[in-house]
Amino acid sequence: MEEVIGTLLRTGVLLSAGIVLLGGVIYLARHGASPADYRVFRGEPAELRHIRGIAHEAASLRGRGIIQLGLLLLIATPVARVIFSIFGFAAEKDRLYVSFASVVLVILLYSLLGSS
Amino acid sequence: MNTLEFTVLVWLVSVIGGFLGSLTGLGGGVVLVPLLTLFFKVDIRYAVGASLVSVIATSSGAAAAYVREGISNIRIGMFLEIATTLGALLGAFLAARISTATIAIVFGGVLLYSAYVAGQPRTKDPLDDIPNPLATRLRLNGSFPTPEGTRHYCVRRVPAGFSLMFGAGALSGLLGIGSGAVKVLAMDQVMRIPFKVSTTTSNFMIGVTAAASAGVYLSRGYIDPGLSMPVMLGVLAGSFLGSRILFKAETKSLRLVFSTIILLLGAQMLYTGMAGRI
Repeated sequence: MEEVIGTLLRTGVLLSAGIVLLGGVIYLARHGASPADYRVFRGEPAELRHIRGIAHEAASLRGRGIIQLGLLLLIATPVARVIFSIFGFAAEKDRLYVSFASVVLVILLYSLLGSS
Repeated sequence: MNTLEFTVLVWLVSVIGGFLGSLTGLGGGVVLVPLLTLFFKVDIRYAVGASLVSVIATSSGAAAAYVREGISNIRIGMFLEIATTLGALLGAFLAARISTATIAIVFGGVLLYSAYVAGQPRTKDPLDDIPNPLATRLRLNGSFPTPEGTRHYCVRRVPAGFSLMFGAGALSGLLGIGSGAVKVLAMDQVMRIPFKVSTTTSNFMIGVTAAASAGVYLSRGYIDPGLSMPVMLGVLAGSFLGSRILFKAETKSLRLVFSTIILLLGAQMLYTGMAGRI
């Protein structure tokens, strides 16, 4: 189980870093010369806040959309680890830990899907 | 400053933050949020969102290595993640309801505490072999490989550790940091888990904890791609470098440098928050 979790985490991080880098290059190539200002909090536009909107922005090859897709994948990496742990504990017939991992998964899904 | 210059500067600062954070075990987030808000004048909500994302990256990257070596205790991690993720949800909801000045003050307090922890010399692990009934029932006791052979350990004071973890999760969700210092305190000092197991298991849990608040942050529009991109890539590169030289470098003087930086940033955050200039 340890081996697979290790590989899962590493792949998730490297893949998302690659996507973020790609999006960053596109973003900087198009907007590198415009002024940077993060003094005032405006919040992200709606299409960069939700899974469906981000997928749409990334599919239209917008730099910020692709970066956001990479970040979404990064957030999903620990979630995937928890899902995998449920199967791992089930294979070991450890019911107690199957239920613990499931509770954590529900909390994570509530945060990712419930609040949007 | 145009976007390209801003991105490169933020990236460089993030590399340094990630590098020092991994050498000292405190994580990069703890210096990044104050640096972004105090020197780059970034709104603290954007800074917290970007830092949180970088925390997931470094924690998952480092955890991948430790898990394979069999040092992290996956059961302890899984059990305590119930507390940290619930806390993280609470922290993320609180972040939207309290003023940015209050967040800065809490952050300042956590920085001062982290500086204190980083400056402390590590004490030797006291051996504890008396099994605790609750820990045994939860199958938390474990073992890990050392140069002298496999070492077994028993976990103590489970409810106290669990409660502290809830607090660590809330801080993580509120401030966008891994709050590794509080997690290690709960595991190392309270539950008496060997230091090496505590730090690596804490690292393992940080990613899941941060993911719990990241969902809320994303839907609230706190995670800005333009800012998060250099922060995440920089911290990731810096902590990778840090883990490479971790065993060669003289970390004692580095710890001193890093805790001094954190102390100064903490004082500055407290001052800025109290003066309401954030």
